[in-house]
Amino acid sequence: MSSSHAGPAPEAPKGPVSNYNVPGLRSEEAPGWRADQIDVDEMILNMGPQHPSTQGVLRIELRTDGEVVRAARPHIGYLHRCFEKHSENVDYPGVVPYTDRMDYVASMGNSLGYALAVEKLMGIEVSPYVQAIRVVMAELQRIASHTIAVGTYGMDIGAFTPFLHLLRDREKILDLFEWTCGARLLYNYNWVGGVSHDLPEGFIRAARQFLREFEAITHPELMDLLIGNKIFIKRTAEVGIVAPELGIAYDLTGPNLRGSGLTFDLRKDEPYCGYQNYDFKVCVGEGQFGPLGSCFDRNWARALEMAESARIVSQALDALEKMERADVHEKVPKRVKPSKGEVYFRSEAPRGQLGYYIVADGTGVNPYRVKVKSPCFTAMSIFHVLARGLYIADIIALIGSLDVVLGEIDR
Amino acid sequence: MTAIGQLLHGLLPGQPDWLVVALAGLIPAVLLVTFMALGPLLYVYAETKIAGFMQDRIGPKRVGPHGLLQTLADAVKLLFKEAIFPKSADKLLFVFAPCLVVLGAFLSFVVIPFGSRAQTADLNVGVFYVVAVSSLSTVGLIMAGWASNNKYALFGAMRSAAQIVSYEIPAVMSLLAVVTIVGSLSLQDIVAFQKGGLPHWLLFRYFPLNVIGFLVFFTASLAECNRAPFDIPEAESELVAGFHTEYSGFFFAMFFMAEYTEMIVVSAVASVLFLGGWLAPLPALQQLGPIGLGPVWLLAKAWFLVFVQMWLRWTLPRLRVDQLMHVAWKVLLPIAMTLAVVIGGLVLWLPHGFGLWDRIWGWPLTLGIFAYLAYGIVRAVQWSRHRIQELAA
Repeated sequence: MSSSHAGPAPEAPKGPVSNYNVPGLRSEEAPGWRADQIDVDEMILNMGPQHPSTQGVLRIELRTDGEVVRAARPHIGYLHRCFEKHSENVDYPGVVPYTDRMDYVASMGNSLGYALAVEKLMGIEVSPYVQAIRVVMAELQRIASHTIAVGTYGMDIGAFTPFLHLLRDREKILDLFEWTCGARLLYNYNWVGGVSHDLPEGFIRAARQFLREFEAITHPELMDLLIGNKIFIKRTAEVGIVAPELGIAYDLTGPNLRGSGLTFDLRKDEPYCGYQNYDFKVCVGEGQFGPLGSCFDRNWARALEMAESARIVSQALDALEKMERADVHEKVPKRVKPSKGEVYFRSEAPRGQLGYYIVADGTGVNPYRVKVKSPCFTAMSIFHVLARGLYIADIIALIGSLDVVLGEIDR
Repeated sequence: MTAIGQLLHGLLPGQPDWLVVALAGLIPAVLLVTFMALGPLLYVYAETKIAGFMQDRIGPKRVGPHGLLQTLADAVKLLFKEAIFPKSADKLLFVFAPCLVVLGAFLSFVVIPFGSRAQTADLNVGVFYVVAVSSLSTVGLIMAGWASNNKYALFGAMRSAAQIVSYEIPAVMSLLAVVTIVGSLSLQDIVAFQKGGLPHWLLFRYFPLNVIGFLVFFTASLAECNRAPFDIPEAESELVAGFHTEYSGFFFAMFFMAEYTEMIVVSAVASVLFLGGWLAPLPALQQLGPIGLGPVWLLAKAWFLVFVQMWLRWTLPRLRVDQLMHVAWKVLLPIAMTLAVVIGGLVLWLPHGFGLWDRIWGWPLTLGIFAYLAYGIVRAVQWSRHRIQELAA
């Protein structure tokens, strides 16, 4: 359940330590960041929170020597919206819209994880029909999320055109979502015990049309135009190398870990929603152009994963076609009230392993505690290690390749 | 005296010479400045449309027919926008910097020949003048970066200084080859040397040595006007906006104008040096009755090169600083120096080029390139029509 941490243990703090007085927490106390500890050649560059390519409101302090970054320190928390505290004050179904707002680029994955966690807590098993719908939605969302990740990554490197080609296809996915549940960004779709709306008439045909276009045009074009571009490869293939051991030590998950060549994918390893029935392969970085685990490999894993997700969607649509239409949200009573207990459930969100730890006290209709293990938060924790010694331009390439969404880091 | 001067002498008999000379200088200057100041409106519109075409979208559409007035609206907006001065900026340098950048971009136009007599000044050191004047804008960029008192602006300024200093050397080296062949620095002489149609252009002389020289010059001049893939001084994903981070309103518009003017300047210089300048590809097309078509041909060539610059910008990612230096010093410079030496030797040994060998390559190569381009465009249009039908179905 908890991931093992390798590497040296942190030094024990000296003197009294309170929550508000942790050594190294405040910038003037951190070693090497005080004004008198900075070399005359060095300069502190404050990147963000309003910067075009820090993926939202991330702020990074860079200690730079010319173009070279000597040290980097990310500051998070600009988008903190008290998700976990809010969850204690609404009932179980009421948490779903809040989960949507964590990773706002991939809302379907968030609410799916939450719904599955509560269902596990209550011991509910949803019908195969709902499971197939959930898989279709989750995988379409994964494609949409990766188009943003790969597209903006190209834009960070300076290639503008692939981004718009990919957004064109993301629009089609969002159209499908809008058609189904009325929302384009924050869906409130995966409810406890089902989904909010059944698929509309004709959805399967439209989704197939989209997949045909995506697989025949957009994906090959992306591989030609961006991934295979020599400048792109030169910029990314030898930057931000995460050895597999380092990735495990810092608890990277999802495409970030798979970029280091590890085939860890919860859809294969701990299948949920009937993922064991689908034929797909886990995409990993291959290190074709440089050391394994570089920015290029993480991006490569994402780019290939889009095609694999398209395959899963296509199989799930096949399965849906064979099934009878069933009721999608009458499984649970209006007032969801699990008995006393706790549960941890993790699923493979587009950005990695998203875990929900839910405690029910058995008395109220609200969760006693909801804790989220966010993939972006752990991905951010490796940033300062990788950033050392890079160029300023590489810092941008590094953030983009970790594909963090600040809404999920800060919650 | 220029053609305009002689014309004025006829129109204003009995006027003092100084007035005629002053008018003869003023009229082309006003014409050129108007052309250059309004040119960016056209180029920005072209850029948005070309970018739209490449990115499978429409581009400006609402303001005026086909969005033609969009850039005008943007320009008016920039003119009326408040220019904000940072509190800690050096006001004098802050205002002076964009002026210097624009000046550097505009001054090169003085020597560009638009026809046998349509030229503001035929300096006998024309090429040298262009090189010297175009580096003036670097001073403006550094000044802007320093005066803004902003770390990003400073980074942009230092990058632009490093970049332009590095890329000017291969650019000048490849110019040197042309100058050795022609034996003159005057741009008018260089054009006159290429008389006789497309096969006589300097691009095809000592085939394919000068083609390589042209590519080196074009790459280096892309870097000199800070266009992608060499736009690191203003890399928006890294340095927010680089040297013009703190500029707004009209001062920002001036940087913008300078960038687009520099694009057309380097394209015009490249056309003059390698593509025959104002000469037509077929001598028969040089005149339309009494009207010389020189400016049309020069602009056609320059605009084609501008199109190539835009094409590259919307296709390629950006290089990193060290890779940029690598390209300049370890790739372009050795090629350019070798070319300069080899062509210098060939000029002594074979002063008239490779003769027939040079002549036969011009037309097939040019037509081949244009056929390929046309094929690409036709395919793209077909594809988009096909997609529209598919979506309608």
